[in-house]
Amino acid sequence: MEHIQRRPVRVARAPSRLLDGLQRWLPKLVVAPTFVLIGVGIYGYMLWTGVLSFTSSSFLPVYDFVGFDQYAKLMTNDRWLTASVNLGIFGGLFILSCLLIGVVLAIFLDQKIRQEGAIRTIYLYPMALSMIVTGTVWKWILNPSLGLEKLMHDWGWTSFSFDWLVNSDMAIYTIVMAAVWQASGFVMALFLAGLRGVDSSIIRAARVDGASLPLIYWKIILPSLRPVFFSAVMVLAHIAIKSFDLVMAMTAGGPGYSTDLPAVFMYAHTFTRGQMGLGSASAMLMLGAILALIVPYLYSELREKRHD
Amino acid sequence: MTDVVRTGFRPSRVAIYGVLLLAALVYMIPLFIMLVTSFKTPMDIRTGNLMALPADWTTIGWTKAWSEACTGVECNGISGYFWNSFKMTVPAVLISTLLGAFNGYVLSKWKFKGSDLFFGMLLFGCFVPFQVVLLPMAATLGQLGLANTTTGLVLVHVIYGVAFTTLFFRNYYVAIPDALIKAARLDGAGFFTIFFRILLPMSTPIFMVSLIWQFTQIWNDFLFGVVFASGDSQPITVALNNLVNTSTGVKEYNVDMAAAMIAALPTLVVYIVAGKYFIRGLTAGSVKG
Amino acid sequence: MTIFKRTLTAAAVAAALLPAQAIQAGEVEVLHWWTAGGEARAAAALKEMMEEQGHTWKDFAVAGGGGEAAMTVLKTRAVSGNPPAAAQIKGLDIREWAKLGFLTSLDDVAEANDWNQLVPPVIADVMKYEGEYVAVPVNVHRVNWVWANPDVLEDAGVSVPKTLDEFYQAAEKLKAAGVIPLAHGGQPWQDATVFEAVALAVMGPEEYAKAFVEHDMEVINSALMEEVFTEFAKVMSYVDDNAAGRDWNTATGMVIRGEAAMQIMGDWAKGEFTAAGLTPGEDYICAPAPGTTGQFTFNVDSFAMFSLSDEENAEAQKDLARTILEPEFQTVFNEAKGSIPVRTDMDMSGFDACAQASMDTFKSSADDGGLVPSFAHGLATTSYVQGQIFDVVTNFVNSDDKDPVRATDQLAAAIQAAL
Repeated sequence: MEHIQRRPVRVARAPSRLLDGLQRWLPKLVVAPTFVLIGVGIYGYMLWTGVLSFTSSSFLPVYDFVGFDQYAKLMTNDRWLTASVNLGIFGGLFILSCLLIGVVLAIFLDQKIRQEGAIRTIYLYPMALSMIVTGTVWKWILNPSLGLEKLMHDWGWTSFSFDWLVNSDMAIYTIVMAAVWQASGFVMALFLAGLRGVDSSIIRAARVDGASLPLIYWKIILPSLRPVFFSAVMVLAHIAIKSFDLVMAMTAGGPGYSTDLPAVFMYAHTFTRGQMGLGSASAMLMLGAILALIVPYLYSELREKRHD
Repeated sequence: MTDVVRTGFRPSRVAIYGVLLLAALVYMIPLFIMLVTSFKTPMDIRTGNLMALPADWTTIGWTKAWSEACTGVECNGISGYFWNSFKMTVPAVLISTLLGAFNGYVLSKWKFKGSDLFFGMLLFGCFVPFQVVLLPMAATLGQLGLANTTTGLVLVHVIYGVAFTTLFFRNYYVAIPDALIKAARLDGAGFFTIFFRILLPMSTPIFMVSLIWQFTQIWNDFLFGVVFASGDSQPITVALNNLVNTSTGVKEYNVDMAAAMIAALPTLVVYIVAGKYFIRGLTAGSVKG
Repeated sequence: MTIFKRTLTAAAVAAALLPAQAIQAGEVEVLHWWTAGGEARAAAALKEMMEEQGHTWKDFAVAGGGGEAAMTVLKTRAVSGNPPAAAQIKGLDIREWAKLGFLTSLDDVAEANDWNQLVPPVIADVMKYEGEYVAVPVNVHRVNWVWANPDVLEDAGVSVPKTLDEFYQAAEKLKAAGVIPLAHGGQPWQDATVFEAVALAVMGPEEYAKAFVEHDMEVINSALMEEVFTEFAKVMSYVDDNAAGRDWNTATGMVIRGEAAMQIMGDWAKGEFTAAGLTPGEDYICAPAPGTTGQFTFNVDSFAMFSLSDEENAEAQKDLARTILEPEFQTVFNEAKGSIPVRTDMDMSGFDACAQASMDTFKSSADDGGLVPSFAHGLATTSYVQGQIFDVVTNFVNSDDKDPVRATDQLAAAIQAAL
């Protein structure tokens, strides 16, 4: 077929050798600005942070070399250890809960519901709020003497108690609650869109074979939504790591430092306590953990895509 | 797909509606509380409880938040900061979306050696916590002479938003058959012609997704706003923070809630009005590989 | 002071200044976190005074956390090469900024206005770097106060405690009477404020200074410190369960409304009582924190001045520094904020009873060694050490088993790691 088509193409191409060369470079030129921006703005700065983590920088950067001192200090820092554990708890619970709630709500909403548009909007709107607003409102709702607990008492249920917010052991779960409230609607939207795109002929074939609906969902539909899971996890992980505003607004890391997260720790030490070296080391550790988790995932997903 | 599944679910439709409505309630309650509180008086808030309707409906919280509350030495409310946020958000959203569109186009249709690696690195960049980049960014902006300008803030938002917009567009364009592009190339169409004549016209849904997402992220940002803008050009999130985090005096929750609602209004409007475009855009293939 | 009087005074000040110097209208950008209440009004007064002198005031307010967000912003501005003219920087941080070369010398203003005569040496030292003034103090706060609601105390049949033992006895009776003995907000800086009051009571000013100013490890890791933690745990046992995260002014509100009897807090709490229309001595009592009579833990707010390249702005900056230490501003500001002037030659008759008592103790403790810097408010240590102490103290408050021995070890390790 190429043989037949080559003729007209050759005629069209002859005078534009230069343009042809340009066409090859054009794509690279187009992404070049982004390449530069990201190269400097993200990787350049990450490198700089890495360099700082090996210095004794306190107030502002100072370029001496102290080896792994800062990292050693981190390992014995109780607050850092608490923050790291919290990130695991918070990140894991947050992503899993959002995925679960998002998928379930999407499946339900896909069942030809009346007023679907309105319900969808209700689920989606929390994403429009800034995390500071979310944190402030939930702080109030979960405050034992002003919020939910007081409400229950006023309504007659006097033995009700929900003091998680002021309880060192349970406070981190309140952060999870607020974050899930904010983001699960968005995950629902992602999955609803994905469900709408599923090819119905496959479903019909399965039903003809006698498979029950839950089984169809589990074995056929959900696996085909793998790219949606990918997008959802990307967005959720991004939010989990960024959850600085939410923590600051809800508990400011308290009670004590039981709801500290690495991003909060890093901020407090770099800026408030004038310990840039230590803050940078904590940032590098945080990035390292993210790298270890996200890169394999990215790799497996992107590789799949190339084979499609 | 929905027409296939309808028949089997009849008996449990009550259960489905029940779950959906319960979820809707949980999502709505904080908004209800915010609204209701903003219309109460401080005394009412202290003596009553969260969910009670105001004993005396009053708009004093709103008027104070709009034009009288203190956000520093000045006590002119947060109305003035609205325009600052718009001035900053609109260019940043447009630029990052356009860049994302071009990037997505290249990464899906004009792959070159290393383009997938580039994409992976771009995605990884999404996870950098912003606190890490504050100081070096400040130094760079200073060297570029953009310190403390709205332009500098826009630049910062573009840098940290382009990864997501690229992700959206790339996923969307990947779903468009390559054959379409090949046919166009054979007809002699060049790089930009294909983009503007073929892809762009069918990109409306994903443009909406990108615009909505970026608008929300940038409008609601606090950290970059407080660090890279100053004084009169501060965005509304900074003003809101100043208003809410008063360190003395009785906390006027009604004003706080009203101010939070005012600051959230544009993004809320965007989601309510354009929400269906958002879903449409996501449905049109942006989320599938 | 009514607006009228204030304007008149400002006009008089301006009129007095006019012939003395050519007006060079400059702009001062001032970074602060006084965004509401008496503080904001006080800052507004300063702005007015600057404008009377023909300068422009560019407000740069960043609220939150006693200045954390503001400090972040300040660092980024400094790094980007354009710092504000003045920033609300406290304590030893002033030295850090000066060391990095950001601050400008105010010695010409200091000499012209006799600052060395007016400001007590212990405070002037904090404002200086290598002998030169780089910052100007705005006020003096006393941190070791206890504020009480006399009606609540009377109903329970107790009086304001003067020692820790009296405090425990009173607290028991108050608890029995159904009131919260000690109102408190569970934030690290508040925990630390109560901790340092207890530390001062148990250790005395000399040992306190050895531990928290000089960081003498032998004093920090000692049986005395264990005693401090033990007493601290006892004091905190009289705080209600919902204290975590509460703001300090909400806790003061509890005392005002009679839900709680006392609060251990610095003198800015007075602003709350004044705003509620209450009179000291009658509607509320101010007394030294239990066990610290005659001792004065000081916290000084100050503005550090950054080197500016624009000449007119630099002149405006000098005017700002001068205005801050002038009697007019000192009176207006401190009456609004609840602190006392930092000038030792002020006429205190316009101030209320608590402020006058504060000034008396300030002067006497300066002589007898009872004047100590507050570490909870950044006057005694670097912000790193302060942060480390905060972590240990707040963790102690929030743990179920409050072990003084372990806490002392942690405190020693934490301070050591930060030195």
